[in-house]
Amino acid sequence: MKNSTSNQLASRRSLASVLLTFLGSMNLAITLLLAVSIAAVIGTVLQQNQPYADYIIKFGPFWFEVFNTLGLYDVYSTVWFLLILVFLVLSTTVCIYRNAPIMIREMTNYGENIQLETLKSSALSTQWTISSNADDLVHAATKLLKHNGFSARLSETKERSLVSGMKGAGSRLGYIFTHVAIVLICIGGLIDGNAALKFREMAGLLIPETQNIPANEIPEISRLGVATPAFRGNVSIPEGGQANVLFINYKDGYLVQNLPFSVELKDFRIEHYESGMPKSFESDLLIHDKRLAKPLEQTISVNHPLIYDGYSIYQASFNDGGSLIEFTSWPFSDVAADKGVINTAVGKNSAFTANDKNWILEVSDFRLFNINPSAIEGKKYENVGPSVQFKVRSNTGEAKEYLNYMLPMQREDAYFYLTGVRSSPAEEFHYFHIPVDDAGGIDRFMRFQKKLGEEAYLRDLAQNKLDPSLSLPSKESAQIVDAMVRLAMIFKSNGFEGVVSEVEANVPEDKREEVTAVYVRVLQQILGEVYVDLLVEEGVDISEGIDPLKTAFFDDATAAISAIGRYGSPLYFQLKDFEHRQASGLQITKSPGKNLVYPGCTLLILGVFLMFYAPQRRLWVFVQKAEKGAEIVLSGTAVRNNADFIKEYEIIRDQFNRVFKG
Amino acid sequence: MTTIQSALEDELKRQSFFKTLSLFDWLWSLIIVLGTAYSYSQYSSLMDIYEKLILVSTAVSLIALGWHWKAIRQLSLAIIVLSLFGISRYVTGLADVETDFFLKFLVSSQSAIMWMSALYVMATVVYFAALFAQSDFTGKVASAMTWSATTMGFVGLMVRWRESYIVGADVGHIPVSNLYEVSILFSIITALLYLFYERRYETRALGGFVLLIISASVAFLLWYAFDRDAADIQPLVPALKSYWMKIHVPANFVGYGAFSLAAMVAVAFFIRARAEEKNSFGAVSGAIPPLDVLDDLMYKSIALGFAFFTVATILGALWAAEAWGGYWSWDPKETWALIVWLNYAAWLHMRLTKGWRGKPMAAWAIIGLFVTLFAFLGVNMFLSGLHSYGEL
Repeated sequence: MKNSTSNQLASRRSLASVLLTFLGSMNLAITLLLAVSIAAVIGTVLQQNQPYADYIIKFGPFWFEVFNTLGLYDVYSTVWFLLILVFLVLSTTVCIYRNAPIMIREMTNYGENIQLETLKSSALSTQWTISSNADDLVHAATKLLKHNGFSARLSETKERSLVSGMKGAGSRLGYIFTHVAIVLICIGGLIDGNAALKFREMAGLLIPETQNIPANEIPEISRLGVATPAFRGNVSIPEGGQANVLFINYKDGYLVQNLPFSVELKDFRIEHYESGMPKSFESDLLIHDKRLAKPLEQTISVNHPLIYDGYSIYQASFNDGGSLIEFTSWPFSDVAADKGVINTAVGKNSAFTANDKNWILEVSDFRLFNINPSAIEGKKYENVGPSVQFKVRSNTGEAKEYLNYMLPMQREDAYFYLTGVRSSPAEEFHYFHIPVDDAGGIDRFMRFQKKLGEEAYLRDLAQNKLDPSLSLPSKESAQIVDAMVRLAMIFKSNGFEGVVSEVEANVPEDKREEVTAVYVRVLQQILGEVYVDLLVEEGVDISEGIDPLKTAFFDDATAAISAIGRYGSPLYFQLKDFEHRQASGLQITKSPGKNLVYPGCTLLILGVFLMFYAPQRRLWVFVQKAEKGAEIVLSGTAVRNNADFIKEYEIIRDQFNRVFKG
Repeated sequence: MTTIQSALEDELKRQSFFKTLSLFDWLWSLIIVLGTAYSYSQYSSLMDIYEKLILVSTAVSLIALGWHWKAIRQLSLAIIVLSLFGISRYVTGLADVETDFFLKFLVSSQSAIMWMSALYVMATVVYFAALFAQSDFTGKVASAMTWSATTMGFVGLMVRWRESYIVGADVGHIPVSNLYEVSILFSIITALLYLFYERRYETRALGGFVLLIISASVAFLLWYAFDRDAADIQPLVPALKSYWMKIHVPANFVGYGAFSLAAMVAVAFFIRARAEEKNSFGAVSGAIPPLDVLDDLMYKSIALGFAFFTVATILGALWAAEAWGGYWSWDPKETWALIVWLNYAAWLHMRLTKGWRGKPMAAWAIIGLFVTLFAFLGVNMFLSGLHSYGEL
């Protein structure tokens, strides 16, 4: 009975010590370091925290699921990664637990019990026999050792005096420092990471919000209270605005973090380089807190955050703060409509009707200036003026994105209003060039393209203005008039492609080329006549013909009109006026773990330098009374850097030589 | 007083480090102190407290370094003289580089860097020639070329510093802000580390090997300058406008340089190891120091690199905390810096605790170079993140 109990005790003890040995083993430590490295690499080659839709497109449904289960989209917060870090901390702690006592012993032990035989038989050993007072010799030895940076201890017995020297105890301390530092840094990092958020999510207490909705509409399950110990998030505050929440990016969505105070942006200032790149930007902030007697005022800029109540507020970025935009809307395809005015703002959606359909205008961004490389000699850059970016969404949900410049730009010898279109953010903008008329506006162009959609007007013009002979009613004339009107309207809605499709649909293949040529001539005639009519309406004198400027306008206008079919939006939104509002992009963090991490970093640097540059070395001077004076043995060892120590030993030995020989 | 006591007194006096300093040491230190005082008085209004601290610490470190490694005194004087000369030639503006002979061919930053490049490449060839010819004199020529190249590299950076201020007072910055500038820094730091060990281990046999990686760096920066106009001086983005750049970047490059040096020594290790195994020594393998010396050199170099790399990574984290709101964001550059650190930490553990030596450690040092190169260049080229200040 007794035997089995003691056996049980023995096996239990050995299990604990086996575990301890395993946890503190170098092999485990190296394996863990390797595992951390590999996991870390995955996070760099696979872009982290992107919207899940992007991953599905990139990897396909099967691999998306595989990677999702492994948690590869947010690798550094997965349970297995955190477990590796926890094991690393455990392993390092066990290492410290087992080795620190040894280290401290080594630091304090001067080897005062070392035997003469050991010293004599050591690899580095020198002997002298000096006819001098033993005390003098001991004193000299102590002084020389100290002079060379060794700390010396004297131990005397009746038979002998031993001076034990040691240098580089620091390296032992360095070992303790470096490993304690790793533990501190890892724990601090774990506190500041979003492990806590992760566990709450796993427990079902938290679900990230994925849609772009106003902060006050976000449900409770995506909100965090002020007691959250650590987080890092962003908020964009427009000038004059206030915020008492911030948004934490989490997985494929975000969470709302409440703050116990609110941050007001009084003013935002930005300076730019000549090239348009931001030079510096700063925000004047006001912190409103019930606990404060009066609001705290401070200006922050990049690299100069505000630290308040354990929260750090950083100037991270800037964007548009809801600039007010006034558009003049010109109808492209809706001939019944007139030009109108739309007042909106960046970030707002406005509904409008055109062509009997409902559309939404979503203004997304406004830029006060656009700096492009200058084509002008001597000037490096030029500012082409403000621009506005928006989407026009049809009632089917499809949208195209537009970039409209407020001021006309010069292309060759004429000026144009540029309007860029694209169907997806991945594409580049394709630009429509709307020519500017003599008055500096786009009235003439708009009237021109509008007229091309008015059937009655076109019919009248074709019949009366083109060829007097055509006013005679006859079947052929009617057909020609029909063709002209039809071609003009096809051209306006689909450009030259429309004309070509018309030919392909109605004309047998062998006649196509001939008919196309005819159509083009006819089209040019009707277009020209509409244009001349337009000029006459304007009051231009065409008796001497049409000047080159107006001819160039005609060419540019027809080029632009031929592309309207691809424009997408039924209206052209001309940026008429604006009121610029800026918003400051702040990053707000709470990282209590840094109180562990920063001291850990200091310890790490100290420890690394101590370990490498203060290696432990020992020297002994054994003085024994002999017949005519004393016998002295000098000996030394070094744990590491033996080659360097040999050189040092030789220098010290030579010093002893010079002193002893006199 | 007994003979022992008086002999002791003499010995103690003799050994005082300060006694060993020559007149030249003191004169040179005076020049450094005066130069620092002058810079302080001229520019103190532009510096915040940290930058003033950095200026003073640099002066103190330079003097300490020069007292222990005497060649630094001559190097620094040459750099000071040539840089001041180059700066003085800019009278009207940057366009002076077209009309002034010295600027055009010698001391404008780009000319100096071209000289540096040519000299490093020539030194590579001459170091190997010295091995094959078994000529001591050729070896000395190679060393002299390396010293000259390093001088010109530093001069190039110093004059570029001034040129950036001529471009615009708000554009001026220390030239360690983009991939082009740090490639120059990498070359000159690696060369300095090599020259230090060349003297310490009293051998020129490894010069060609280390200069190979420096030549590769030179090839890169020349391509980058000619193909991508990388030599143009660009203003800094707001996040880089900080004293941190003056300490985080150079510390990193002491790390990178030391790791690269260790890897090239490892290459020499394999050549020597093969010769020792076959017991047949050629011109090159015969001149390479024995394996235990190479082993020691690799360890010393990696230890130095690791110490500075630790400092650099921590400085980077502290800077990130001030600029980006968090000391660690698992940004690709940060993550790869951690991977480099872990790699060499593992290497050092194996050597110090398990006593590993020889071929496995040499091979590991070479692999470490690839990890380092990816962290240095690969991240900028292939991955995106907050840290993309030097995209290709």
